[in-house]
Amino acid sequence: MADEIRVEVARYRPDKDREPGWQEYDVPLRTDWTVLDALNHVKNEVDSTLAFRWSCRMGICGSCGMNVQGEPRLSCATFLTDYAPGPVRVEPLANFPVVRDLVVDIDDFLEKLPRVKPWIIRDEEKSVDDGEYLQSPEELEAYQQFSMCINCMLCYAACPVYGLDPDFVGPAAIALAERYDLDSRDQGARQRLDVLIEAEGVYGCTFVGECTRVCPKHVDPAGAIQRYKLKAAQESVKAFLLPRAFR
Amino acid sequence: MSRATGDDLSYRRPVPLWWWLHKRTYFVFVMRELSSIFIAWLVLYLLLFVRAVGRGEAAYQDFLDDAASPWLVTLNVIAFAFIVLHTITWFSLTPQAMVVRVRGHRVPGIAIIAGQYAALAAVTAFVAWLVLS
Amino acid sequence: MKFRIEPFVWLAFSGGGVLAALFMPVLAFLFALAFPLGWIDPPSHDHLDAIVSNPLTFLVLFGLFVVMLVHAAHRFRYTLYDGLQIKHRVLVGTLCYGAVLVGAFACLQFLGGATQ
Ligand code: SF4
Ligand code: FES
Repeated sequence: MADEIRVEVARYRPDKDREPGWQEYDVPLRTDWTVLDALNHVKNEVDSTLAFRWSCRMGICGSCGMNVQGEPRLSCATFLTDYAPGPVRVEPLANFPVVRDLVVDIDDFLEKLPRVKPWIIRDEEKSVDDGEYLQSPEELEAYQQFSMCINCMLCYAACPVYGLDPDFVGPAAIALAERYDLDSRDQGARQRLDVLIEAEGVYGCTFVGECTRVCPKHVDPAGAIQRYKLKAAQESVKAFLLPRAFR
Repeated sequence: MSRATGDDLSYRRPVPLWWWLHKRTYFVFVMRELSSIFIAWLVLYLLLFVRAVGRGEAAYQDFLDDAASPWLVTLNVIAFAFIVLHTITWFSLTPQAMVVRVRGHRVPGIAIIAGQYAALAAVTAFVAWLVLS
Repeated sequence: MKFRIEPFVWLAFSGGGVLAALFMPVLAFLFALAFPLGWIDPPSHDHLDAIVSNPLTFLVLFGLFVVMLVHAAHRFRYTLYDGLQIKHRVLVGTLCYGAVLVGAFACLQFLGGATQ
């Protein structure tokens, strides 16, 4: 095996460049090195101006998402050897504005998340004296898959609908809405439905399914969105075809 | 960093017009969606078929002869291929789109898919029996 | 609860998708390929005529065809938005769903004509 691999990194310096360009670096090809290790090597040894986000290096924090060879990936969980002999292209996450080099502007995502009210909503709060809300293992299992999201936004980078229509609420936010809807302690499904039934909510999705394919945590946002469509449709039919008494 | 400056200088990458040619999964997706045209075409074709039957023996024979012309056969072969694509993709996506529970237990996806193919077989057998018997 | 038309259109789209997946393969195979090309001997005119002049056939085919047309129009609308990045949403929507109305009218005419 060659002992080096070429990494082509998208660079964008907002003060100097009018659009992003490519810069190539040769980095050691070590079996235990990830794309993030390669970038850190460049930053430490070659070019300290390279900008990118990371934190945990273990697929937990969700901050190191990048498009590697055109695929949205966690760069800390993507091994260089999978791309040998190279070169391997590293770009900022697709569908987001580029702030600098590999750093994208995530404000839009941060604005969308709270829109679906991702917290436990109660018609009436229990007082502390009444004790905690108990939950059985089955009730936990009902939503657990959707609670694994690490907000890495790979699903947004993979979603062509979001790319073409940035108003679309998007995969992770809808999966999170589903997470709380399925929580036995929650009573806020109706409120979330009112948000997601809008045109930029679930019905903007055309079930491309890419979000689920790229999700590093197997959250299956595409499944969550389709189930939400069905749920919204059932509720709509009920609300407008049945007399009040039967709802 | 002031917000205004950051906004002005961040770079928005345009989506290329033919974005779905760049990745295999996107391409398959668009082909799946394009099956809609062929469904619409086949509905029209079947309508014309029924109309020909309603117009009598001679019109029916004429229609069958016309339908054997190379152009129509080519079109219909393509349409049939897209129908198959539609059926396969539709069936395989169903378990993701709906959760089926039997007595509290979630039915595994593979069983939902198998059930749909069983339904397909039943419908096919019924239509074939009706038309050919 | 808010009233939105999307959930209802989506239900029709889904129903049409299911019906197309179940019925179209056999219908397309028999009527568009096997009979014209003589892979299978086409049924006699009398037999088919008996089938299509049954009012039940009219109802079933009318329902089937119209829902499948809604399915196709709805899907194609999004293909135009996303695949070709056509921005005139209202125009595209009007054309697609308008085509369904025309199609439904044609179904009424052609299927009804064969029933008499
Ligand atoms: S759903 Fe998956 S891909 Fe999307 S943000 Fe959450 S963990 Fe990342
Ligand atoms: S650095 Fe935390 S997920 Fe990669």
